[in-house]
Amino acid sequence: MSMRERHVVSEEHQSLWLLTTSPAIWAGHFAVSYMCAALWCGTDPERATSAIGPPTWGILISGFVALAGIVFTGVAGWRRHSHGNDRPPHDRDTPEDRNRFLGVATALLSGLSALATAFVMLSAALVPLCR
Amino acid sequence: MLASWKTPRGWRYWSAVNNSDVGKWYTGVAILYLLFGGVLAILMRLQLAFPNNDFLSADKYNQIFTLHGSVMMFLFAIPIFEAFSILFLPQMLGARELPFPRLSAFGFWAFLLGGCFFCGSIFFDAAPQGGWFMYPPLASTYQPGIGAEMWLLGFSFIELAAIAAAVELIIAVLKSRPPGMRINLIPLYAWYVLVAGAMVLFAFPPLIAGSMLLELERAFGWPFFDPAGGGDPLLWQHLFWLFGHPEVYIIFLPSVALVAMIVPTFARTPIVGYSWIVLSAIGTGFLSFGLWVHHMFTTGLPGISLALFSAASQAVAIPTGVQIFCFIATLLVGRVQKSVPMLFVTGGLATFVIGGLTGVMVAVATFDFQAHDTHFVVAHLHSVLIGGALFPFAAGCYYFFPLINGKKLSDRLGTLAFWLMFIGFNVTFLPMHFTGLRGMPRRVYTYSEGLGLDTLNLISTIGAVVLASGFAVLAWDIVRPKKRQPMSPRNPWNAGTLEWVQEMPGQPWGIRSVPEIDSRYPLWDQPDFLRDIDEGRFYLSDAEEGKREMLVSSVIDGQPEYILRVPGPSFLPMLSAIFTGGIFICSTFKLWWWMAASGVVALGFILAWLWTGTAVIPEKERKFIGHGLTMPLYCAGRDSVGWWAMLITMLADITAFAALVFGYFFYWTLRPEFPPASITGPGVLWPGIGLALMAGAWGLTLQARRWNKAERSSAFYGGLAAATLLAVAACWALTQGPIVHRMDPAGHVFSATVWILIIWTALHAIVGVIMQLYCVARRAAGRMTGRYDIDIQNVSLYWHFVAIMTAVTFVVIAILPLLR
Repeated sequence: MSMRERHVVSEEHQSLWLLTTSPAIWAGHFAVSYMCAALWCGTDPERATSAIGPPTWGILISGFVALAGIVFTGVAGWRRHSHGNDRPPHDRDTPEDRNRFLGVATALLSGLSALATAFVMLSAALVPLCR
Repeated sequence: MLASWKTPRGWRYWSAVNNSDVGKWYTGVAILYLLFGGVLAILMRLQLAFPNNDFLSADKYNQIFTLHGSVMMFLFAIPIFEAFSILFLPQMLGARELPFPRLSAFGFWAFLLGGCFFCGSIFFDAAPQGGWFMYPPLASTYQPGIGAEMWLLGFSFIELAAIAAAVELIIAVLKSRPPGMRINLIPLYAWYVLVAGAMVLFAFPPLIAGSMLLELERAFGWPFFDPAGGGDPLLWQHLFWLFGHPEVYIIFLPSVALVAMIVPTFARTPIVGYSWIVLSAIGTGFLSFGLWVHHMFTTGLPGISLALFSAASQAVAIPTGVQIFCFIATLLVGRVQKSVPMLFVTGGLATFVIGGLTGVMVAVATFDFQAHDTHFVVAHLHSVLIGGALFPFAAGCYYFFPLINGKKLSDRLGTLAFWLMFIGFNVTFLPMHFTGLRGMPRRVYTYSEGLGLDTLNLISTIGAVVLASGFAVLAWDIVRPKKRQPMSPRNPWNAGTLEWVQEMPGQPWGIRSVPEIDSRYPLWDQPDFLRDIDEGRFYLSDAEEGKREMLVSSVIDGQPEYILRVPGPSFLPMLSAIFTGGIFICSTFKLWWWMAASGVVALGFILAWLWTGTAVIPEKERKFIGHGLTMPLYCAGRDSVGWWAMLITMLADITAFAALVFGYFFYWTLRPEFPPASITGPGVLWPGIGLALMAGAWGLTLQARRWNKAERSSAFYGGLAAATLLAVAACWALTQGPIVHRMDPAGHVFSATVWILIIWTALHAIVGVIMQLYCVARRAAGRMTGRYDIDIQNVSLYWHFVAIMTAVTFVVIAILPLLR
């Protein structure tokens, strides 16, 4: 292993936060979508029957941004997973396997987060906003 | 080493703090509460066996269903996870102990005291009646007496203990691993504990905050949930379910964790899809915070809100399903051995899947409109909780029992218990789906005959008795005398994980020497592993100085960092818990002076505990631990577990504060008259002065840390003395805003919210002052120096949070009203 590779997989360059990045992006998008839509519908009685409104577009557009972030994180995870020529279960006591494990877990969580974000966007696209 | 880890004898036994003793007590008491809750369930089923039955009055029935739900959730389901983890987690990690043994003991005594207080209420006809989620106004205006106080205050106390245990367990997973146990090698149980612990930190505080608000409304008329004073009862539902839904997964994940330990053992093969299970645990942890509104589908929310939460409720089925497929795959890949734990595991998974499927049904908002508050929901939630938590718990009892006293439970009784429970469960709850769909509401003490409910209810009651008999068999198997039974062989199930290195019976030190790990299943994969541990060939094989010592390691790779000396037996945690409990119990009965006295005594005991048992300066700098490795005996700041404990605790604390701020925004955005024009306070001046003074106290505390490091004693004392004065002045200034503007908290919810934010901040500042004075005393007594400065490092960290809270309070109460 070259010095550079050793540097990349050293403990100082690893963090558990990477695992939580994609789910956190989903959570942020979900919370903001919910709050904005609830506020928009709740603050003016005349909007109570609106089927579509600014929050619909906001949720969809921000959804694409969130998806981009999740895909970016997922690809970064997948690259770590593909480091070298190993296949799962990545269960050896080496920094490389630990690095691959964190990568694959990040990629998997990104997949789940992408799906959950798509669910949020589908809600905005298919369900009447305030009714 | 045996001498330093010896368990005290005689009456002093109850001063033990070792995880193996505290874990045993904790588990035992949780099982007692389970049995108590079960008796309440049987009473309810007897009442519902026949139409128009008068076995129980409506009033008694209300008390019983409230108590049943609350006891099962708060006194069994959550604590049993913490109890099991306190008992077994250190062994799974090859650790001698948990990093804060006295905190575990404190949590146990709080749990015992708070639970007995709460359960006892039924015998005085004083139990709460609002159902386990205590919706106002049913739990406020319409419920006089002290029942609701029992719930609100009793459980707040227990929740504090639960948060304390969560902090301990998170740090144990992250920092107490043996050398070589990298993050890709930790037992799956530890992953689940990590996720569930983190969820406790963010789920419990909203409920504590909500309970505080509801109690203030009940005791002093602050109208947080009363529309007459500008409040809104829906806020309670948000705060409650923000806790309540993640809580379901806080219960479920640790139970699946047991399954994840048991399945590979009996399939004789490593788990299939380790990374996928980690995905499931973390993914479920996150998604579970996006489900709470699905309990509120019938409250008239906008369509998009229903859709978003319905979508998240469907999405959470994905990670939940993934882990079940991993278990099935493991069973398919391996050669499965029949055993009692596996019976409970398979029965539990099948039951859970049924509950999961009805969960997907009620996650569809339109179906939920029909099924809401009927017995269909009762059937659903019991399938999930009994299948997802209780059966795995029973499996865990049979699997882990040899680690408790060296004896196995009976296979014959276990099989009998399983079939009684499995058949009893299905006979009880399958008919409830139909009674629910036929329109039988939950929580109503009787029903009329001829509605098509009579036979189904009778079947449910018969099933409940069978289910209860299964529990009785399990309980008997646990308590039956086993003196004549031979000791179990070591590692009786031929498992691969670290906890099974334990000798039979176990020694109080946990593990003879802390091993080097290079596999997920070291007992299967590492040659001569047991022999090397027993012969002390690994790390820290002795305790020459007679101290209880454990290894602290790095988060990612489990590299040894330093040796932590943990305190031994003491009655201080018990006394601290009793008098902390006194604060809550006395306030239930509105005995304010006694409450204050109890608080002062509790503070005294806690300070004595900290003074004698924490941040002790070692007699030497480093110690040899074997294999050519020498480790420091003292680390401060980010390197120390205490610093992490403070950080994690304060994350929970600031979440509770965030819940209060959420309340403010809830009113601010949804009420056009918030803040009302008639209220002019608290203005910008006094909150601004308060913020400036508090910032000064914060800055001086940080500076004092540096002066201490530089051994500049006079500057350190002077700085901290000035900081305490500034903090007290800041509290005074903050309260002046609402006082000068005559803001009556009972008059309008705006005033009440301003007051609660100020009181919260001021109380934290007062605690911060006590900490500053503690640091002054520590240095004066020679227990803290520039080199050994854990105390002031942790206090500085605490003060960051005080500063943040003060700043947020200032913006919310002084700046936001200007925008309206």
